[in-house]
Amino acid sequence: MVEAKTEVIYQRPESFTDVHTHYCPGCTHGVAHRLVAEVIDEMGLREKTIGVAPVGCSVFAYNYFEMDFVEAAHGRAPAMATGIKRVLPDNTVFTYQGDGDLASIGIAEIMHAAGRGENLTVIFINNAIYGMTGGQMAPTTLPGMKTTSSPYGRDVELAGYPLKMAELLAQMEGSGYIVRRSLHDASNIRKAKKAIRLAFEAQERGLGFSMVELLSSCPTNWSMSPQEALAFVEEKMLPVYPLGDYKVTPALQELRV
Amino acid sequence: MAKELLKGNEAFAEAAIRAGVEAFFGYPITPSTEFLEHMARRMPKLGRAFVQAESEVAAINMVYGAACTGKRVMTASSSPGVSLMMEGISYIAGTEVPAVIVNVMRGGPGLGNIAPSQGDYYQMIKGGGHGDYFPIVLAPATVQEAVDYISLAFDLAEKYLSIVHVVVDGNMGQMMEPAELPPMREISDEIPEWAVRGAKDRDPNILTSIYIDPEDEEITNLRLLRRWKEVEKNEVRFQEYQMDDPEILVIGFGTAGRVASSAVRDARAEGIPVGLLRPITLAPFPEGRLEALCDQVQRILVVEMNSGMMLDDVQKIVKGKVPVEFYGRLGGVTPLPDEILDEIRRVSENEEEISGDPRNEWMDRLEKMRTGDQ
Repeated sequence: MVEAKTEVIYQRPESFTDVHTHYCPGCTHGVAHRLVAEVIDEMGLREKTIGVAPVGCSVFAYNYFEMDFVEAAHGRAPAMATGIKRVLPDNTVFTYQGDGDLASIGIAEIMHAAGRGENLTVIFINNAIYGMTGGQMAPTTLPGMKTTSSPYGRDVELAGYPLKMAELLAQMEGSGYIVRRSLHDASNIRKAKKAIRLAFEAQERGLGFSMVELLSSCPTNWSMSPQEALAFVEEKMLPVYPLGDYKVTPALQELRV
Repeated sequence: MAKELLKGNEAFAEAAIRAGVEAFFGYPITPSTEFLEHMARRMPKLGRAFVQAESEVAAINMVYGAACTGKRVMTASSSPGVSLMMEGISYIAGTEVPAVIVNVMRGGPGLGNIAPSQGDYYQMIKGGGHGDYFPIVLAPATVQEAVDYISLAFDLAEKYLSIVHVVVDGNMGQMMEPAELPPMREISDEIPEWAVRGAKDRDPNILTSIYIDPEDEEITNLRLLRRWKEVEKNEVRFQEYQMDDPEILVIGFGTAGRVASSAVRDARAEGIPVGLLRPITLAPFPEGRLEALCDQVQRILVVEMNSGMMLDDVQKIVKGKVPVEFYGRLGGVTPLPDEILDEIRRVSENEEEISGDPRNEWMDRLEKMRTGDQ
């Protein structure tokens, strides 16, 4: 008999707990969580990382990361993270926030955290809808998009226009790394992971505020199959939310990971 | 250390620094702003954290985050600012982490004014934020007492994993008077086992105020109540003055209590047998002491700089055993000793039953006094 040579090439990251998540089938939160966990593993940061969970679908994010975590009030994660980072500057601190949390109720906190150049990393999930409360209009909802609180489609005359957070935050002098990526297919997921890595590298190097906006799907509240939802991200969201590097501080531009 | 002439807000801030506060997060608001300014001058030089937040909402959530690391942390504000902080205060209470909040109270409701008031009694003592929780509330009456009690506030917050409010008013924040600051305390390097500092060589610590299963929330609420009962048993503090066989008992806290002490001294000089009970902990209220005094005194006069908020608590304890009267000034007006002296004289001669809410007759008297029709 020939002994089979085996090599582990893929396994659960150490920073990821071994539990089932509460997310809906086809939701991209699980992918985003895993990317963050992989990056934290690869950089060896787990034992010094403190995560800040938001209010929204990812309110229970702390159950899925094998590391210290706190749970913020709706929108206040950047303020809470500021409090932690200012007393523990050598620890790694990140927030994980949805679009209602970050771009609506918490817009003051996110803008000022960036304005102060807080050495934090923000993972921003933009799925253009409120998931946890059952599919209401978010500040990121696309024009014409139907939600339970824009049942005839988002009328920009009445409900205004989508907020483009990556573009906004890139204007802040305190921002070191601001990019938008998407989770709608494998190649984009790989690019998203690299961006998350650079965001944490920015923090470890003290290069200021870092945010990765991740275009994400919500099949349940969009009333689509998972495949349809991923196609919606690609076909409908990308034109409104162009992917790209909105701000990359020069010290990071030279970094190869 | 020797006594110095100190401005209230600056003395309170320096007292917190000497008690080992490691982070201050705040937002400017009159009449508490010198607190923040003192922190801005001192904290960075000591290598400690200071952030002027974008709002009181953000400030209290920075306090929340820093409190989760087990470090000594605080904020200071004034009434409208504290209203904004109530969200975060509720979360801090629900997460059971220690924090100290100083409220330099001013006239309200709404924008109100910047004059001294005690109108936040309900908000501070009864919780203020949403949900079931019990803040400890200290109400010092002099700059020295505030200096001493701010240090105690941190110890209590850590002992009971609780919010501790220190409530003073604009008088105390703005006045200058002699006080002795404590020596600089060394910052403790002990790390509470619940603190988030990175899960190195231990299981992760998760700090939240969410208990999605109502059964778990009930257990949490019950734990908070049990802990509160311990606070009630151990931490009641009050001061008494001229309590040699009093027939009339004046009750007042903070500035109102301090002004009342002058009136009580003058009334005693006139031969009126009056004494003063000044609660220093408004929560827990000195309930047992007041109950005992009900067997000794014939009449009670409650003096406040609000519409009779502590009066409610006093009546709940007195249970009609002794007639209770009320004198208050509202909206940022501080009563003068002579006004309270007149009230003590009036009460000493008044043998009538008090029917209904004592505020009814007080309102009539106050309106007459305001129109000069006495």
